[in-house]
Amino acid sequence: MDCTVGIDVGSTYTKCVILSADGKIVSRKLAQTGFKLGEVSARLLNETLAESGLERSDIGYVIATGFGRHQVEDKDAAVTDLTAAARGTAFFFPDTRTVLDIGGQTMKASRIDENCKVDSFRLNDKCAAGTGAFLEKTAHYMGFKTEDVGPLLTTSRESVSISGVCAVFAESEVINHLSQGTAPADIMQGAISSLIKRSVQLMKRVRAEPGYTLVGGLLRFRTMVDEVQDKLGQKVNVPEGDLVQFAAAMGAAVLGHRRMQQLGMGTGLTVGSGAA
Amino acid sequence: MAYAAGVDVGSTQSKAAIVDEEGNLVATALDDTGANVVQAAEKVYQQALQAAKLREEEVDYVIGTGYGRYKVTFGNAQVTEISCHGRGAVKMFPETRTVIDMGGQDTKAISVSPAGEINDFCMNDKCAAGTGRFLGAAAMALDLSLDDLGPTALKSDKPVRISTTCTVFAESEVLSWLGKGKKLPDILWGVHQSIATRTIGLVRRVGLEEKITFTGGVTRNVAMVKALEDRLGTRLNVNEQAHYMGALGAALFALDHILDSRKPAADSEVA
Repeated sequence: MDCTVGIDVGSTYTKCVILSADGKIVSRKLAQTGFKLGEVSARLLNETLAESGLERSDIGYVIATGFGRHQVEDKDAAVTDLTAAARGTAFFFPDTRTVLDIGGQTMKASRIDENCKVDSFRLNDKCAAGTGAFLEKTAHYMGFKTEDVGPLLTTSRESVSISGVCAVFAESEVINHLSQGTAPADIMQGAISSLIKRSVQLMKRVRAEPGYTLVGGLLRFRTMVDEVQDKLGQKVNVPEGDLVQFAAAMGAAVLGHRRMQQLGMGTGLTVGSGAA
Repeated sequence: MAYAAGVDVGSTQSKAAIVDEEGNLVATALDDTGANVVQAAEKVYQQALQAAKLREEEVDYVIGTGYGRYKVTFGNAQVTEISCHGRGAVKMFPETRTVIDMGGQDTKAISVSPAGEINDFCMNDKCAAGTGRFLGAAAMALDLSLDDLGPTALKSDKPVRISTTCTVFAESEVLSWLGKGKKLPDILWGVHQSIATRTIGLVRRVGLEEKITFTGGVTRNVAMVKALEDRLGTRLNVNEQAHYMGALGAALFALDHILDSRKPAADSEVA
């Protein structure tokens, strides 16, 4: 009964993590969200349990987050993705004051205080420019699959200018560049740069403070991290490897321990303990 | 008999129109623009010549319009598509005061004077929401042809409310409604209503003055016409030639040039 589950139903991927009372990740898994949110989250929870060798009865608390959190049936509570991401990033990096989260269909910037409370936030959720969908579209216009983006980027030598105002209008820009003989890798790099420009603007609007932590599926691309650091002129924190995708799920699991403690069911976690 | 032509190279399709000396429409042609814009302009012009049974030298003046107007290499001049749609609409429907032009990648609201001059216009230039692309995205997601969209949507009795603004996100929203078991016509009618709402926002910014003429490729979609009429509470002027309105306007500007060049120069009259 001393483990918690955090499950983050995002627009593109659903992430599930099991966290022990001593702040260790017991297991974690992700799956494409698709269109049956309830089903995918139930299946993912079962798979994550199976991998950990735990039973459902070993889990004291389940918190769901992400845009599809209300579709998760087997849960004790739901929290917003901003709250969860704040907890998760502070768990990894206690000095976090600004969180930038770039996912498949949203870009979020938030400023958090020393108690992980969200002071101010801005979302880009009405427009695909500035989200993973923008990169995905750019890749598709050039005949590449989403999973090709990472390898493609490593071959870029320079970045061309992509205006990045609309993921649909980018198509004509991409075609123009291709017809002029620009390498697809450089076009992709240009798309990344335009995305970063947007994200830095978004951070400015929450009056970002040093103590930057970047999370979300798109941060798997190392070049994104480099460009943000470049634009900010500051070092940024990035969870290691695929943990960048699990920040909100982690935060939900951390909050689960807190709730259990409040209910007199456990000792809770110390923020930042057992950081990855 | 002199002839004039207009070639409207749009983001998605290219259109050509030929008019005679009285400004009557003699022939039109339509083709996909594709990647080779220069070739597309040439091809559609040749098709129009063929339909009119005219040789190239029988056409005295050609004007290019649309986003690819500078790729009309054989054109004598260029005019913006905003002027051309206004001109064409007033020619076809003289009582026109407002033009709604809905094309593959942009939607424009144009306010025109009784003489067909542009008073004001407004367009989506930064975002593809509320344009033909929104319909294209829905068609792609649902594996339907563009021509099936309208008739299918009109079978709806309980439309869904599409909440996304972005064309890219609309694709996933459409699929998620299908996943929730909503019927195809209801989803599609919702898509049309959402575009109509955005379009009317645009029209309000130039002032909504009747009569309203609907031009551009999306005029072929019966559900789009109905969605706009429902929201506006009035009938729209629209006909089979509405797709060619920009090309017609360009041809009329070309005709002006021919007729002007026949007039004796003003200063020689004074002398």
